[in-house]
Amino acid sequence: MLQGSKGNVDAKTFQDAGCIVGVNNASFAVQKGDLLVVMGLSGSGKSTLLRCISRLTDATSGNIYIDGEDLLGMSNKKLIELRRNKMGMVFQSFALLPHKTVLENIAFPLQMKGNSTEESIKRAMEMVKLVVLDGRENYFPRQLSGGQQQRVGIARSLAVEPDIWFLDEPFSALDPLIRKEMQDEFLRLQGVLKKTILFITHDFDEALRLADRIAIMKEGIIEQLDTPANIVLNPATEYVRKFTEDVPREKVLKIESVMDPIDSSEELSDLQVSKDAIIETVAEVVLNQQKPVAVTDADNNVVGAVHSSKVIHVLFGSRAETENND
Amino acid sequence: MNQLTNHPKLFQFVGLLVIFALLCLFINPSENNIFWRFPSLIAGLPYLINDSVEYLMFDWWPIQVYDPEIEEFEEKPLLQQVTRAISASILFLIGLIREIIMGGVKTIVTFTSWDFVSENKWARWPALPWTVVASGAILLGYKLQGKGLAMLAGFSTIYIAVFGQWEPSMQTLSFVLFAAPVSFILGLALGIWAYKNRKVELTLNPFLNVMQIMPHFSYLVPVMVFFGIGDHAGAIATIIFATPPMVRLTVLGLKRVSPEVLEAGMMSGCSNFQLMYKVLIPTARRDILIGVNQVIMQCLAMAVIASFIGAKGLGFNLLLSLNGLRIGQAIEQGICIVLIAVVLDRMSLAWANKQTDYFADLTFFKRHKYSLMFLVIVVAGIVLAYIGTFFFREGFNYLYIVPHNKGISIDDTLQNGVDWIWDTFFFTLKGFNVFLIQQILMPMKAAYLSMPVVATLALTMGVGYIIGGIRSAAIVGGFILFIALTEWWDRALITMYLMSFAVIVSSIIGVTVGTLCAQNSYTAKFILLVCDTFQTFPSFIYLIPVIMLFGVTDTSVLIAVIVYATVPATRYTVEGLRSVSPDLHDAGSMSGVNRLQRWIKIELPMSFPHMALGVNQTVVFALSMIIIGAMIGTDDLGQFILKALSDKNGVGNGLTLGLCVAFIGLAADQVIRTWANERKQILDIS
Repeated sequence: MLQGSKGNVDAKTFQDAGCIVGVNNASFAVQKGDLLVVMGLSGSGKSTLLRCISRLTDATSGNIYIDGEDLLGMSNKKLIELRRNKMGMVFQSFALLPHKTVLENIAFPLQMKGNSTEESIKRAMEMVKLVVLDGRENYFPRQLSGGQQQRVGIARSLAVEPDIWFLDEPFSALDPLIRKEMQDEFLRLQGVLKKTILFITHDFDEALRLADRIAIMKEGIIEQLDTPANIVLNPATEYVRKFTEDVPREKVLKIESVMDPIDSSEELSDLQVSKDAIIETVAEVVLNQQKPVAVTDADNNVVGAVHSSKVIHVLFGSRAETENND
Repeated sequence: MNQLTNHPKLFQFVGLLVIFALLCLFINPSENNIFWRFPSLIAGLPYLINDSVEYLMFDWWPIQVYDPEIEEFEEKPLLQQVTRAISASILFLIGLIREIIMGGVKTIVTFTSWDFVSENKWARWPALPWTVVASGAILLGYKLQGKGLAMLAGFSTIYIAVFGQWEPSMQTLSFVLFAAPVSFILGLALGIWAYKNRKVELTLNPFLNVMQIMPHFSYLVPVMVFFGIGDHAGAIATIIFATPPMVRLTVLGLKRVSPEVLEAGMMSGCSNFQLMYKVLIPTARRDILIGVNQVIMQCLAMAVIASFIGAKGLGFNLLLSLNGLRIGQAIEQGICIVLIAVVLDRMSLAWANKQTDYFADLTFFKRHKYSLMFLVIVVAGIVLAYIGTFFFREGFNYLYIVPHNKGISIDDTLQNGVDWIWDTFFFTLKGFNVFLIQQILMPMKAAYLSMPVVATLALTMGVGYIIGGIRSAAIVGGFILFIALTEWWDRALITMYLMSFAVIVSSIIGVTVGTLCAQNSYTAKFILLVCDTFQTFPSFIYLIPVIMLFGVTDTSVLIAVIVYATVPATRYTVEGLRSVSPDLHDAGSMSGVNRLQRWIKIELPMSFPHMALGVNQTVVFALSMIIIGAMIGTDDLGQFILKALSDKNGVGNGLTLGLCVAFIGLAADQVIRTWANERKQILDIS
């Protein structure tokens, strides 16, 4: 049945035949350095998608290319090589080896590669410092809290300096305060390491906070794949709209979406804001100015001006109007 | 009528009983009536087995073997050579272990020659002084758990040494030291294979079931035929018995590893080999070590029975004492066996539950402090023993080894005690014995024997159907049918009567004691400890006191069986009652239940499945003890198995009889387990 369909899977026909469709026609590309967050509720297929891409499960049809190489066609040996050098994964339940210390857990992938114990431990120590767990490197997982265990999981996944970083709901098992801390930590790491990331979560706010792009999945289908701003402003389906309805615009939109072109007759204030700044972060400052504020790009060229009225509109205006204006 | 419509199964049960009664009434007991007793269509099976075994051993695949003595090539059957080679290597290994512990020359002889040894007096391997072994045990106990275990280990080794049982104990221990690692490796390998390959697991399961429930004696006969008599045969029989639990626990442990840990291993780039040996097995460590614990306990239990086919050691001596009715001596030897069993059990459990807590930057000395201490002790012990040669110039060097039966012995005191009990309570015991036999046991036996086979079959299959549907009925029917078609149906009925009586009494006692003790956490802990300890005793031990009190009768066997089989009934009752979810208890409290209502409406129903599994275990224990009890002289299947041991052509009989016993147990197991699983699903317990 699969072969006959030639890759065009009609979920209904397969379901009628008694199969459960896990992922239905998900096609996308992730560029180097991109942080793609796949978001969905339980049963949406996001974990299945991740496991197909990392080949923990074998997809029944389709192609997966990493750096141009077809993943599905790879031999087992090549796949293991890939995992030892180019991939790292963080798990929801931390998945640490209970019989090994923190240091040994982090050194594990390096030892699987065949590095000498001395080298592996040295590198593992560096990772320990990176995730700020110094002093606990000889503890066993059962002696650590959830947040600390996940840091070990993160350190382990980064030990081989992977190009691609997979994270499967890494913070879902932690309580809310720790979760926020870990998200901050994660953003800091990404700022330093700049990996290509596939991040799975069921928390829309988390997705908004972390992502370069978000893919929202429902029942195996990717409903929309776009930047957070676009998803919030232009939800593609009713389902996506349900998530974005209550999201405050100012948390997501950047200054560049409310700026106006330069009017030479206007006098601008001395303050300047970056076009990539999230409105929420600079709203108070802009509103306190008496005059419009200049907007600059990354090279400090003035590319527009932002007026208080527009900002007020975003903060307090009705939804429908905001959408119509853009 | 409402009762019946609300409980359709009750209705079916009543109907079944009616059918059963009718069948009993209307089928005439006569030799020619096939509804009374089936013709023994499978009677030929033992002969078939005998013939095939004979063929395999003596005629199959002859190969040329060079015989150095006559310096010519001879034709010998392949299987015989193979088994002989295996026997020789096993004997060598057991001998090696024995000599390390007890000293001797044989190992050196194997590598050199007898002449070499007699010429060079220094060429003998000295035994380990008992002081060294005792201190080693204390150290090990302390390292694994702490002071309690250390004291237990110390007390046991000192008892064994001081009471002159050192040599036989070390013989038994060396037996276990050989058989346990082999069973462990075999069980682990099979377990890993079954985990990776579902088909293997499915094929292995029925074999494991049968192997675990077949009476120990049944294994002895074919092993004897293939391998002869002696320590090696005992070892092989032991390995066959000890491997199944290891396989089971390995598979269980591997399956319980969290799938995410497995995925983490894969994403870390593990090859299949690394995955199994660096991730799966270490994570499943606890269950695997519980398997080791089971292996050790089985090996010890078999060590006693293996004395039947010539394995030397405590079991052999115990058998002699029992046969000569020297109860005092038997008690002393029994205590030795029990002490070894308890110490080994506690040590292996402590090993399984031990968590490593170390901080990697310890000095060499701190990390290996126990091994270093042991080395010091070995040296000290040897020095002490050497000094002892000067003190004890005549006689025996007590700092080295206390020779067999030259230690302290209280067996006379014990014997006097036993005689006193016998004299004082003679009439009460005899009265009780007579009452039991005449009023209860004989009528029950007669009742069982008067059942026509069709009625029995209908009853058992009916129960199977009511509880588990067609599948259960077919399985139970198959088992019972097999037995009915052999020539031992009547004997099987006797075994069944013994078993039902024992199971009923054990269950009643077990549930009562268990319920009473489960009320309070202290009594619960206490009774579980008692159960644990009793369960480590090799079943053989239970025979000692009963022979003493009741002589050679059905009563003795039954009492031993009941004592033995009450242990699982009690333990599962306590565990079941105490594992009722506290949420349910709270819900009951808020609904205002009193103590009795709580017990009847909440605790009992929720614990029924677990308690049913306890009854299951009770059945298995009872069966195995009944067969062992044949040594005291019952006239059931066990008796015939025992006969097969001394029969030249006993292989076929022994195996077929063993299968009959196994099938009785498996039929009961099928019904109870199906019922328990169904209840568990309804009650939503895992």
